[in-house]
Amino acid sequence: MRISPKITQALAVLLLGSATFFTVMVLVFVIVFVLGKGLPGVTWEFLSTNPRDMGRAGGILPTLVGTILLPLLAIAIALPLGVGTSVYLTEYTRETRMTRALRFGTDCLAGIPSIIFGLFGFIFFVVGLNMGWCLLSGGLTLAIMILPTIIRTSEEAIRAVPNSWREVSFSLGATRWETVLKVVLPNALPGIVTGVMLGIGRSIGETAAVIFTAGSALRMPISAFDSVRTMSVHFYILAREGISTEKAYATAAVLIISVLMVNLIAYGMMHRFIARRAR
Amino acid sequence: MSADPVISVRNLDLFYGEFQALKQVPMDVKDRHITALIGPSGCGKSTLLRTLNRMNDLIPSVRVSGTILLEGKDIYLPDTDVCLLRKRVGMVFQRPNPFPLSIYDNVAFGLRVAGMRDRSRIAEVVQRSLTSAALWDALKDKLHHSAVELPLDQQQRLCVARLLAVEPEVILMDEPCSALDPIATSRIEELMLDLKAKYTIVIVTHNMQQAARISDYSGYMLLGEMIEFGKTSGLFISPKDKRTQDYVSGRYG
Repeated sequence: MRISPKITQALAVLLLGSATFFTVMVLVFVIVFVLGKGLPGVTWEFLSTNPRDMGRAGGILPTLVGTILLPLLAIAIALPLGVGTSVYLTEYTRETRMTRALRFGTDCLAGIPSIIFGLFGFIFFVVGLNMGWCLLSGGLTLAIMILPTIIRTSEEAIRAVPNSWREVSFSLGATRWETVLKVVLPNALPGIVTGVMLGIGRSIGETAAVIFTAGSALRMPISAFDSVRTMSVHFYILAREGISTEKAYATAAVLIISVLMVNLIAYGMMHRFIARRAR
Repeated sequence: MSADPVISVRNLDLFYGEFQALKQVPMDVKDRHITALIGPSGCGKSTLLRTLNRMNDLIPSVRVSGTILLEGKDIYLPDTDVCLLRKRVGMVFQRPNPFPLSIYDNVAFGLRVAGMRDRSRIAEVVQRSLTSAALWDALKDKLHHSAVELPLDQQQRLCVARLLAVEPEVILMDEPCSALDPIATSRIEELMLDLKAKYTIVIVTHNMQQAARISDYSGYMLLGEMIEFGKTSGLFISPKDKRTQDYVSGRYG
């Protein structure tokens, strides 16, 4: 027996609608819950002073600095490498078994759990190269971790640039490199920025790989060879070792707000860029 | 200029992998004349056009043999500067394809790629190119508007202006009117007749009336061969080959 189309239609609307509603509610609940518990503890003093007594008292200034520096360092390393790789794969090579193998490799890398990268970073950078737990070890490890994301998003963005624009550029006497610089990359930029934002988001939230490679020192980092603690790690340690639930929530609140701000700034930048080019 | 052809094609074979797209093609392109290539779809006319500025190099598995002389020099010699060749032999494509930049930046693109930094020189060339493409009066007050919002025929003329800015000697046009309506088409045709005074033009067209209206020389191609090539008046009024006659009289294609 067939159910009447009217009923299936109504059912579909109901099911899909409630799925959406449920998703949004979970998201809102998590954010409201963390902010509700954490925001009362977020004061100017909390943001601008050093922690005291293992974080039981005082603020989170060094971890704030660490959370800014570590992802920036990771992006600074991964962006040129990743965009370079994707330009090479899309513009300079033809589709061969080799490029397909490379692409498969990057896809596999993207799926590896972060703690494996942490372990690799620990063995290779921290111990092997004797760099110790430091900003640089952590930055390099995070860079390796986010490289696949940056390569794949840049590659998609570059592929989306219409071929006819490349043809025009060549037909006007531009070399491949000039075409990449003046036609391909500017038009792929919004997509590349998306990849960068995903990378920054992943780096900010990363905990396992960071503990293994950047350590968890609570001092203010002075050089690239100092150990740093990020907010995620700080939050993890505060909660895990039962040091201070209140400070842990306050840290989590700052973390959530930072990620939201990064995304807002990125969207703003992207829209301004697109508007300027399309005007 | 002399009566020698600017471009002289002899015994041109072109393969896409195993498929032979051009067979022993000859062609002479005369300076400051319009040469039209006609023939049914897939006959190799666009392929022939794209050998003249080596745009076929961009497609993997293309092999070319034979000679193409541009002012007496073979452009398929290994020491050819392909970028310079493409500046000398420019191209207008089937679909108008302006960059998503302003009108001004579109026209200035080739100059900037060539390394020109002098703003007043660039402005001068932009104005001259737009004037030559019969766009200056219409667009001079909105040079910084987006090019992609222009009507299609202005977009196509903008593409011509962008090309003129790099001062080509030969202009290749690959069915430049196929995306345009009849009025826009007639505007592009007028533009081509204007440009003939200074440039050599080779056009590929599906439209036999267009070839008859604007070209001085025509070539009819079929299955990769140049069936007949000569003065347009001769080719259309008294074709020597039966196949050409069938095509121009509309019995085939």
